[in-house]
Amino acid sequence: MTPDTRTPDFLELDGLLTDDERHVRDAVGRFVDERVLPIIADCFEHERFPTELVSEMAALGLFGPTFKDYGCAGLSNIAYGLIMQELERGDSGLRSFASVQSGLVMYPIHRYGSAEQKERWLPALARAEKVGCFGLTEPDGGSDPGTMKTHARKSAGDWVLNGAKMWITNGTVADVAVVWARTDDGVRGFLVEKGTPGYTARDIHHKFSLRASVTSELFFDDCRVPERNRLPEAAGLSAPLSCLTQARYGIAWGAIGAAQACYREALTFAEQRTLFGQTLIHKQIIQQRLADMLRRITTAQLLAWQLGRLKDQDRMHHTQVSLAKWNNVRMALDVAREARDLLGAGGISVEQVPVRHMLNLESVITYEGTETIHQLIVGRQITGVEAF
Amino acid sequence: MKVLVVVRQVPDSTTTIKIRLDGCDIERTGVKMVVNPFDEFAIELAVQLREKRADVSAVTALIVGPAAAAEALRTALAVGADDGVHLQDPAFDGFDELQLAAAIAAVVRDGGYDLILLGKQEIDLDSGQLGPALAECLDWPHVGATVKAEFAADGRSVTAGRRIEGAEEVVEVRLPAVLTIDKGLCEMRYPSLPNLMRAKKKPVRTLGAADVPGLAAATGALGGTRMQDLQPPPERPPGKIIPGEPEQAARELVRLLREEAKVI
Repeated sequence: MTPDTRTPDFLELDGLLTDDERHVRDAVGRFVDERVLPIIADCFEHERFPTELVSEMAALGLFGPTFKDYGCAGLSNIAYGLIMQELERGDSGLRSFASVQSGLVMYPIHRYGSAEQKERWLPALARAEKVGCFGLTEPDGGSDPGTMKTHARKSAGDWVLNGAKMWITNGTVADVAVVWARTDDGVRGFLVEKGTPGYTARDIHHKFSLRASVTSELFFDDCRVPERNRLPEAAGLSAPLSCLTQARYGIAWGAIGAAQACYREALTFAEQRTLFGQTLIHKQIIQQRLADMLRRITTAQLLAWQLGRLKDQDRMHHTQVSLAKWNNVRMALDVAREARDLLGAGGISVEQVPVRHMLNLESVITYEGTETIHQLIVGRQITGVEAF
Repeated sequence: MKVLVVVRQVPDSTTTIKIRLDGCDIERTGVKMVVNPFDEFAIELAVQLREKRADVSAVTALIVGPAAAAEALRTALAVGADDGVHLQDPAFDGFDELQLAAAIAAVVRDGGYDLILLGKQEIDLDSGQLGPALAECLDWPHVGATVKAEFAADGRSVTAGRRIEGAEEVVEVRLPAVLTIDKGLCEMRYPSLPNLMRAKKKPVRTLGAADVPGLAAATGALGGTRMQDLQPPPERPPGKIIPGEPEQAARELVRLLREEAKVI
């Protein structure tokens, strides 16, 4: 068989997937081709989140797809990764929406919530009748969440929250925020509903990245939350960090989709553009650059697949996720910049995909643990010494 | 009412079509295969009937093809078909549309179906003959290229609209009948991921040539046609640029169109 250099799938990842996983990838891929790609450049240009796609994504079953209950599909983690890959082939903003809804809102409720909280929220979140957001990062920084300032104090059986959260995807559109706050007993998680007195959200504008996604600030000013809205099983910082592991896992796959989109456009351009009497593919430098993009995408694919296998076998370690998020997002950002450059002047237009992906990936390499944080997590795993 | 949808698997329209080395078909291995887009309309129509009408008891999807064709069947099941039939045997490989129709007719004749739906054509070889041939083999009426279909309340007939040159033709047909579906009647919904998983558990009967009653007699008598050779279309000659002042160039263009191309 001739290796697939167009998708690309050079080392036949396709052959490692189950029938289910291939079906899921193709179904989501078709949705992205037909419903996302025709509108997404315009959304990005005009700083608009395509709200109209949310109900369609819910009808497809893209939210919480690995859960076996609450009307979800019960897919493997590799299938989940492929969903993220296909969504991010469309746009990182759309993938972010799905990541937050599934990995950062449904996951903590599913894992740490009470039976009542699960019944109330999970089916509605799966159908996207309700949207969620996740509040951990604060205005003073995100890399050291142990020093968070937002706190919750017990008062007459309720909790009173004070503080602020920053860079929150879906903040102003969310019906429920999963908010992490310090208490006298350590970090705890709270479900704060839209409209609760003392809770407000405001959009962050002037972004040059994730423009097809809503990013917000959350404010808590003597915001009173009943005890039944606290996630009863979440105790300590390990709870929000476990959520981040889920989201980072999805990002490791999502980045591949962004890189594939950039590579394909660069390859098509190189085949068509004539320079000094020949199409670009005849030039050694162009071939070397395309080969390098292909090499990096291929290694990221196999890394993500093995990570997914470990997760499906319940053997995945969070430092392995750090390595994958670091490697794959760095790969995607470099491929996007390379593709942007290869496209010449046309590459600066939003009509070509690389510049949009490149700008988006600047966020992706920063959120859910910066590249440096992931390097230090892996470094700690090697040496046993914390060097944050 | 029992509905049968015939599904075909074709190369994805974004793939580059290559001719097989023996020249007798297009390359179908190593190519991304999808449900024939016209058959998607038929699947959706069948599922809508199943959802809207209490008298529609079952929708069966049928495909003829290799093991990999099960993927197309699964899509139909995920969208809403109740069960599937997969005719899978190397003996079917060289069948033309009439032989294929005879084989399908032999399988479904005693199945109690009232309605057979399929796309009006396949986007790969484009023959568009399977529907009419199937109707012929079953001795059922056939309506081709349907863009509207209204089923009578008693479930015994359908009023079908067809787009013809400059007009829409309206025909009424008694069931059982074969309808081939054209673009515009409906669009297939996306199969949801939970339904894709459930589709695995729906029953699919896989039948080989030996399981088709009277296959040899039904197809043998037809003789059939065989693809001899496929050639890519000739490359388009390069365009011609006529230099000179606009007036002169226009005159030259008219002369060339009249004397060389002989189109005016």
